[in-house]
Amino acid sequence: MAEVKYIWPDNHKSAYIGKRVVRPDTLEKSTGIAKYSYDVNFPNQVVVRALGCPHAHCKVISVDTSAAEKVPGVVLVHLIKDKAPAPGGDPIEIQAEGTLLVAVAAESEAAAAEGVSKLKVQYELMDVFVDDQNLAAAEAAKRTKAAGGGIELDDALGEPGANEEEKAWEEKTIQKLFQDSKYVVEGRYGVDVITHCCLEPHGATVYWEGGKLRAYLSTQNVSTTDDGYATALGITADDVQVTCNYIGGGFGSKFQPGYWGIAAAEISRKLGRPVKFLLSRDQELKIGGNRPSGYIDVKIGADENGVVQVWDSHHWGTSGFNGSTIGVTNFPYVFHPKNVRRRATGIITNNEPSVAWRAPNHPQACAITQTAYDDLAAKMGVDSFDIFMRNLENIDIPEKASLYAEEMRIAAELIGWSNHWHPHGKGNKRGSVVEGLGIGIHKWGGAAGESNCKLRVYPDGGVESFCGTQDIGTGTRTVCAMVLAETFGLTLDAVKINIGSSTYPFSGASGGSTTVGAVTESHRRAAQEALAKIFDLVATKLGAPADKLEASKGEIRVTGYSDKKLTWKEACSLIGIRPLEVNAEFKRGNSPLSSVNVGGVQMAHVAVDLETGVVKMKKLVAVQDMGLIVNRQSAESQIYGAMIMSIAAALFEQRINDPKTGAFVNCEMGTYRLPRLGDIGELVVHLHEPENERDRGVIGLGEPPAISGITAIANAVCNATGVRVPSQPMTPQRVLNALRSAKG
Amino acid sequence: MKNFEYAYAKTEAEAIQLLSVANKSTAVLAGGTDLVALMQSMVVAPDRVVNVGDIETMQHIKRDENNNLWIGAAVHLDELLTSPVVDPFPSIKQVIQGISSVQMQSQGTVAGELLRRPCCWYFRGGNGLLANEGRMVIEGDNRYHAILGNRGPAKFVSASRLAPAMISLGAKVRIIGPKPEQEQIVDIENLFCTPEKTDETEIALAAGQLVTHIILPPDQGRLSAAYEVRHGEGPDQPLMAAAVRFEVLSGLVTESKIVLGQVAPTPWIAREAAMALLGRPINEETAAMAGMKAVSGAIALSGNEYKIELAKVAVKRAILRAAGLETGCFESSTCETAAVNFA
Repeated sequence: MAEVKYIWPDNHKSAYIGKRVVRPDTLEKSTGIAKYSYDVNFPNQVVVRALGCPHAHCKVISVDTSAAEKVPGVVLVHLIKDKAPAPGGDPIEIQAEGTLLVAVAAESEAAAAEGVSKLKVQYELMDVFVDDQNLAAAEAAKRTKAAGGGIELDDALGEPGANEEEKAWEEKTIQKLFQDSKYVVEGRYGVDVITHCCLEPHGATVYWEGGKLRAYLSTQNVSTTDDGYATALGITADDVQVTCNYIGGGFGSKFQPGYWGIAAAEISRKLGRPVKFLLSRDQELKIGGNRPSGYIDVKIGADENGVVQVWDSHHWGTSGFNGSTIGVTNFPYVFHPKNVRRRATGIITNNEPSVAWRAPNHPQACAITQTAYDDLAAKMGVDSFDIFMRNLENIDIPEKASLYAEEMRIAAELIGWSNHWHPHGKGNKRGSVVEGLGIGIHKWGGAAGESNCKLRVYPDGGVESFCGTQDIGTGTRTVCAMVLAETFGLTLDAVKINIGSSTYPFSGASGGSTTVGAVTESHRRAAQEALAKIFDLVATKLGAPADKLEASKGEIRVTGYSDKKLTWKEACSLIGIRPLEVNAEFKRGNSPLSSVNVGGVQMAHVAVDLETGVVKMKKLVAVQDMGLIVNRQSAESQIYGAMIMSIAAALFEQRINDPKTGAFVNCEMGTYRLPRLGDIGELVVHLHEPENERDRGVIGLGEPPAISGITAIANAVCNATGVRVPSQPMTPQRVLNALRSAKG
Repeated sequence: MKNFEYAYAKTEAEAIQLLSVANKSTAVLAGGTDLVALMQSMVVAPDRVVNVGDIETMQHIKRDENNNLWIGAAVHLDELLTSPVVDPFPSIKQVIQGISSVQMQSQGTVAGELLRRPCCWYFRGGNGLLANEGRMVIEGDNRYHAILGNRGPAKFVSASRLAPAMISLGAKVRIIGPKPEQEQIVDIENLFCTPEKTDETEIALAAGQLVTHIILPPDQGRLSAAYEVRHGEGPDQPLMAAAVRFEVLSGLVTESKIVLGQVAPTPWIAREAAMALLGRPINEETAAMAGMKAVSGAIALSGNEYKIELAKVAVKRAILRAAGLETGCFESSTCETAAVNFA
């Protein structure tokens, strides 16, 4: 067999790749047939509810479980390791409200909850700090940590003199750059903490069988969560089997079993019964995952064309009680002037540590960079589009400049920029309503992750693959099926995709926009390898060279000869008695099938009621490149979802902590505000796939469209009102406050 | 949620019997859109839940001999929304449209909506209705809390979205129990009260009492409207609400009632604002003036001063809307998305 050259089919020859395909499991998902981890139940199972710490910072001195144990239906009261002290044990410091202390397993959820209510815990309260926006207060409370910084100056500016102290020279040079700037803008911008708010909360149903743990876990990481269980439970990874067929949202927060998952396994081991333990809604919001905040004081200096020449910033924010913040290298975002000085300060708050959230750090970095660029346009009285376009001459991936420019032009056309744009605050007012346009641009890596695929082609023509990946709601099953069907010339229903189990060949976690790249790599490679073997058999049978064969429409035929062919079934019968099995392995790196680095542009059109501060989305446009598009439909769906998340973060979502107690007060769906259908406005998606981008192969799309929408909306509100609302979300209260401040 | 007894009442009498049980706390269940969440978080933990949702006499909208509209307490919000006999009361329909969640509209009941427990996050977080004599609110995050009637320990705002409209329309309620033969009809505003002590609630019903009907007097050609300032579209609590009803003769207001929601522990009757309209025409200026009067006694907490501005706007827009005048907000602008939502 000749060496297989991995390639994607040409656009005009594709049967599935790049086409619009409805997910085969759509019906199951929309009718409730699909079983999510939350839906998994076993006979004789117990249900767990847990006590969350009611204090944001305290020591847990002791736990009295006696009354809880007496509640009818309660089976076991379990102290969670390292969170609640065993009788006589040392007090344990808790640094975030909601931290689970004690789990109560019972015959019913109600009995477990009643058991939790009967727990008596002795606490020693400690000082609380949660005001992550307030840098001065954090410093006064000694709640800050230096989080890095640095300076980059244009070589042409020279170096410190022989007797000159370096810092003083840098300061002098930066100040000189500002003096030489035609326009200087100073601003404070920010993005609040939001939570992952997964509709299916974190957790699992678990049981033990013959010393092995079976975990039906809501996870983005089927293949390697077993390690997390094994280490904590003192077993080896081969004794853990993780299953996740469907997951109701993860967004970066479901890579680990979580200490509640470990507790479930421990309880199950103690009881010898299946255990169902998923977080309650308030616990999901408090401890299920959150995205760090970011606030910035920034000063930029631009030349007469509005091209920024110097950036000087200090940003801060919180990732919870570990006190880190967004890394300084994220600033400025996409744009990168020649002279940059930046400093970061982490704030230690009494909150659960943050975890990865769709495009970690990028949405915040984008929003607090490009708002300043938009304010530059406002100051100059120049069209924001022009300022963004001119500043493409200084971006961190220079070779992307022309791509961004093209995408900006497309987005501008789709939103009607030239018709609707007006200088900031100078648009028409209808009643108390003004409208405005805004822009944001973003970047992302998205290189394919590691993935292995075991592919079987049966002598009767059956095809199935096994891969330890997961479908996090984005259509992973569908793209795997599309790749196999495309390669073999079959229909989608002729291939079976087996994913969602740690017993299948390893495939990477679904994070970093790596999954579609990963699984299309492994599946395409496996399928091409298998097809090459089948071609060899068919070539002998038909008396034609293997490199002249093609698989299409259920047949393998000699190219150019309509009568020289075998049906797929006939071809597969040549395999012999046993199935043909191919194991394909893809490790990260250069590949003809996938690539890295995408860009995108989003533009927003909003209306603002100046009397109430309410912002309404009129239209949001996303133009996105992603290399080769696999499934046009799910690619668009990904972007729609990301745009809605952007609207949420721009206008609605925020974690609200009680300033005194630190309690997460809006930890229910009734008060954790999210946009509803009526709040979305019109969404327009343009998949930008010129031939030179398609030739680069598959690049991840999951995260990038969730980045710049927030910025676009923030800038649109500023364009509408002529006033910068400094922090996201732009609630009516914040909009009114900003308008009032502007009036003085 | 703790374990509880579930009882199913087929008649009003049976409901009263099931609700009056010695040594057991009881709760009334109809749509369950509020109660179930409160029970799940154990803010409410009744020993017995009595389902009144299927009591036949409480499921209809009927007119009596005096042309009063009797709305059964278990009538669902969507039934009210689509009922032609409610057409003369646009403020009611506007509020239900504003809830704009099909689930809430079709599952929630009229009395359930009127008697919704406060959304105050300190109350819902298990700190009691007064949250440490009001101190938690004063020292805490009070962006959604009261700006009127907030000098006592109660700082929460009444949760009902229908109550301001119902009060402005002069509605009454029929209450039965706790003894089998007891029945009374009271002005609907008397359902609501401001608790002063930790063992008091915001609903003036004794244990074992049940609201069976809401009685709307005939509109007699008066104008009415409601206006809510909502952060977004959906079932979330509005930031501000106002409902108005007035009578205009020869271009001048002869009778007026203005009720605010989301401002105080009870729906708030703005008498001074209503009086100020008397003898005047309805226009942008008088509507704005009424808005100013409505908040003349308002006292902002540390984080809710913006609500005073919103209250002025809500009153002004409700008045203008009732009079069929331009309110100047999204629905009257060319903002297409908003127009669709408000349609």
